[in-house]
Formats: sequence, structure tokens, C-alpha cells
Amino acid sequence: MRPWHYLRQFFIDLSRQKLRTAMTTFGIFWGTCSIVLLFAFGQGLREKQIQSQRGMGENILVIWPGVTSLEYKGLPKGRRIRMTEDDVKSIRQQAQLIQRVSPEYIRWGIPVKRGRNLNNRRVHGVWPEYGEMRNIIPVMGSRFINQADIDEQRRVCVIGDRLAKDLFPRGGGPIGETLLIQGVPFVIVGVMKEKRQDSSYSGRDAWKIWIPSSTYRTMWTQPYPNNVVAQIVPTATGDQGESEINSILARKYRFDPDDPRTLGVWDTTRNVAFMKNLFDAFQGFLVGIGILTLITGAIGVSNIMYVVLEERTKEIGIKMALGARRSYVITQFLSETMLLTLVGGFLGFLFAALIIRIFPTFGLEEFVGIPRVNLFIGVMITVLLGIVALGAGIFPALRASRLQPVQALKLF
Amino acid sequence: MSAHMIDIVNLVKRYQTGTVSFEALKGVDVQIDRGELVSIVGPSGSGKSTMMNIIGCLDIPTSGKYTLDDQDVTKLTPNQLADIRNRKIGFVFQAFNLLPYATAFENVEVPLLFARVGGRKRKQRILDLLDRVGLADKVNNKPTEMSGGEMQRVAIARALANEPEVILADEPTGNLDSSSGGGIVELFHELWREGKTIVVITHDSALAAQTERIIHIRDGLIEKVTHGNQQGRRAAHVA
Repeated sequence: MRPWHYLRQFFIDLSRQKLRTAMTTFGIFWGTCSIVLLFAFGQGLREKQIQSQRGMGENILVIWPGVTSLEYKGLPKGRRIRMTEDDVKSIRQQAQLIQRVSPEYIRWGIPVKRGRNLNNRRVHGVWPEYGEMRNIIPVMGSRFINQADIDEQRRVCVIGDRLAKDLFPRGGGPIGETLLIQGVPFVIVGVMKEKRQDSSYSGRDAWKIWIPSSTYRTMWTQPYPNNVVAQIVPTATGDQGESEINSILARKYRFDPDDPRTLGVWDTTRNVAFMKNLFDAFQGFLVGIGILTLITGAIGVSNIMYVVLEERTKEIGIKMALGARRSYVITQFLSETMLLTLVGGFLGFLFAALIIRIFPTFGLEEFVGIPRVNLFIGVMITVLLGIVALGAGIFPALRASRLQPVQALKLF
Repeated sequence: MSAHMIDIVNLVKRYQTGTVSFEALKGVDVQIDRGELVSIVGPSGSGKSTMMNIIGCLDIPTSGKYTLDDQDVTKLTPNQLADIRNRKIGFVFQAFNLLPYATAFENVEVPLLFARVGGRKRKQRILDLLDRVGLADKVNNKPTEMSGGEMQRVAIARALANEPEVILADEPTGNLDSSSGGGIVELFHELWREGKTIVVITHDSALAAQTERIIHIRDGLIEKVTHGNQQGRRAAHVA
């Protein structure tokens, strides 16, 4: 049989049962629309979450020196352990699982002056790696602190985007301008590109000032960094990175490397893993709801195909008398179900895509992110609709094909 | 090749409804020659419709042997039966049984589609057939736009589509007025003279009389066989 023959039959059935067909198709339409929207919003939320976490940086450990809580090799507990910049250098040299590392000196309430704008700000002394680790990306035409700044103890600084706007409200590039930090002139070499950040340990990056660690030490003669920021290699877990740092420092300062209290560590990978699981579960839940909706639609389609079968029994009988094989009857029913499902599915997908397209204009993305559809969801929906159509169509089709020609013709 | 187009031996058809069993045919022997014009008559409930269903391969017998064109059809699969119906048998029903939404052309096309007759050849064949039954000007009419006689002509054109061996007509004039009915009978006579085997199932003795041979069925058994008033190219067979 030619495809157009099936298609023609389909439109004839359609016109015979306009309302029922429309409502059935609506079931599939609605189901598809729900799945796509739920998935897309789930994806949007997840991406927003990931983006926000990137504000802190990926695979970041923040380490604070602390007090030993275990006795070790005859040494009492309660000893204060301090890290120097040399210790950070040894971590950089020795640790296998640490990709990047930087000390971080922090000073709060430093008077920062630019023209008439005088405020107390936070100043951080860091290494060049710090910028890459913490995703402090300089805007075009600017840079982060580099090794030469460290080596030559240059008085240069990089500032957060909000601070830049505050200091230069009339626009104009802050790059190359001078700030007075505690009365000392610093040249602004970089401005951080705006970013989302959902967690922090010393305030948002948007308001900070970063200067070379060497310059910082000459200004405030602070021998110990407040904390160390390390980025572990992607293949390692946070725990592995932590214990490696512990063992390097434990050798030098002679504390128990298994002492959980000596070094305070904030393992951000743990949040990431937690959030990832949470969002996987959440998205699975949403898609599950969508699938259930779609199944409801499929039951509707199956139902209408039974109605079609009732109405077409005689016609099937005629066709059987004229030589139709079982496979023809099955194909006709299945292809109709497929078409019905695919049309409903396609419209549902289009409608969902439309909503997703216009959604950003509502200005809600700060709360729920930007919903996204991707190829995966497209393929998944297509496969799912295929299964649904097959499931909905196969039972009426088989029943139709099992009709005896005589019964179908109702000859007696 | 046997002289019999249809050879039925000791045919039994039993219907089982729950615990009640009913024998519609109780051991029937019928032979119909190639090129014969035969009628099967009987009152309603006599078993003639069952007979028609079995001859038309729409139903299978409970027991007995049915050979159609030298082929034992009691042993065939559903698909093989479908092909037999498609190629060897042309049905003409009392209620026409045309597809209501399809034009005359499309109705005649259906058996050709099942037989996978290709595009241009198929189109030509349909037009020839409709011309043959005198409906060249109604090609694109739907059943609702035709008279009963015209609808039955479409049905006959459809029955002839794949040049079947046997035309099986079930009360072909039952829904028609006498003049259109007469036209249909005329058409059957023409087809018969061209060499088709035609079996007419009816309870109308006037229609039956216009065949070569009349097989009377009553209560699932053959009651008698009589001559009709048509004389074929060969002597009528009276069993």
C-alpha cells in the first residue's frame, strides 16, 4: 500500500471524529509540552546553580590553619599551626593532586580613596593562580596579577566589578587609573568581569581588591596568610586533595595527618556533588511527572483508536474481502496512531519551545534560571513518543487484524 | 486441471455459541464447473449465507473438503486466504459494501492496491473497468452521489479488478428496483458469456431462474438441483 493511502485514511478518520481527535491529540500535546517544559526549567535551574558555583571556582579547597586536636609523637594537642607562604610553595611543588594553589592574605576595613570616594574596603594579597582558580576573569583590555607583579612587588591592583562601578560611576575605563589604598597609590590593572557567585568565605568578589601577595606583605608585614586556596585536579576528590595537603604540612609541623581539626578545610566539591545529585533527582522527578502525563495522553489515544476500530469494523471486513492481509490492517491502525501521536507531540514541543523562547522576557531568570532545550531532550521526546504511539496503537491494531472477515462484514 | 472450478465435498459448518452448537451446513456436496452460471437458493436460515462465506474464503469450514481452482483452500493460512480473495474471487454484495468516503475510482482501486498493481497500469485498468460497467462518466463520484444500480456497477467493476476466476454475488439485486436489477443481471450474463464462473446466492426465485443451474438449500442440506432458463455453451449439469 502507498503511504498516501494511509495518510488519506487518517484524514478521513480525523474529520469524522473532530472533537475526539482534537482532545486526544491535546492529551499528547499536553504531555509533551509538560515534559519539555519541566525538563527545560530543570536544566535552566541546574545551569544557573552550576554558574553560581563557578563564582567560587571549580574543585576549590579553602584551607585555614588551626589548632591540633590529637597528640602526636609526644607532642601535646592544642598546638597552633601556622602556614607561611613557603609552605604554600612546598604544596605547589610536592602535591600531585593540586592543580593550582595560592596563599590569601586578607585585610578588612582598609581605607580606599579615589577622588572624593573614600570607603573602607577589603584587600586581598594573592598569587597570579588565584584569579584562574576563583574564576576572576579580567574584562577586555585588563589583566589579573602576574608573576612580574609578585617578583617586583608592584603596586598594582585588580578590583571587583561592583567596586569599579562604585568608584567610576560615570563610566570611563578604570584601567590605568590610580587608587589610594591606605594612602599608597596603586595602579588599577584589572577589573573583574561580572559573575554570579552563590557562596563565599570573605564576602563577594564583586567588592574586593586584589594586590600581589609580595606587595601586601611589605605594606602590612603580615607573616602568615589568612588562608590558602587550592584547586584539585578534576580526577581527584576533595578528600584526596585534603589529605595530600595534610600530609605535606604534617611532615613539617609534626601533627597527625589524620587529625581533622588541625587544618580547617572547606571542600567546595562536596557542595557541587550534593547539588548535582539534588538536581539530578529533581530533574528526574520533573521528567517523571511529564512521562506520567504523556502516558495519560497515550491512554486517550488508545481509547480513540478503539472507537475508530468499532466504527471501521465493516470497512475492515470489506477490505479483507477484497484481499487485505492482517499486516495491512495493523499498519493502517499503527500508522494512524503514530501520526496522531507525532502531530500532538510536535505541536506540544513547538508550544513548549515558544514558551521557552519568550520566557526570558518575563525577567524571572534570576530566580529560576533560563529554561533550555537541547538535542538530548529532543531525541528523548521523539523516542518516548514513538514508544507511546506504539503502545497506544498496538492493541487496537492487533484486535482489528484478528477480526474474522465474516464477523467484520456482519454478514449474518 | 479439473473441470470443476469449485469442488465441495461433505462440507460441515458448525457454530459454537457457549454450550449451544448449531450446524449451519450438515454435509454438503457441490461441484461448480468452470464458466458456469449457478445460483444457490434457499429461505433465510437455510445455510446459503454460510455457503457463500465458505465459497468466498471469508470463513473456514468445520470439516469437509473445499477445492477452488484445483487448490485445497481448507489448508491455507490467513494471508494465503487473503490473496485468494484478492485474486481469485470477486465479491458482489447486496449492500454494495463500497467505501463510503471514496470515489468510484478509488473503490475499484482497492483490490488493485492489495495486488500491488503499478501506477499507470492500475489507473488504466480502473478506467477500463468503469467503462466496462457503463460508468465512464461517474469515475469521480462518491457512493452518496450515485443510484443503487450505479453503486452495484461500481461493486461489479471492483469485483472484476484482478480478473478473478469466480464472481460471488450475494443477493446482488436485493436492494435494487426491478429495472436497475435487470441491468445488473444483464451484466452478469455478459460476464458469463465471456467465460467467468458466476455464483449467485439469493432467495429470489425469479433471479435464480435466470441462471443455468439452481442449487436449492434447506436446513443445511442440498434439497434439490434444478435447471434454470439459461442455456450455456455446454449442457447444463444436473447432479
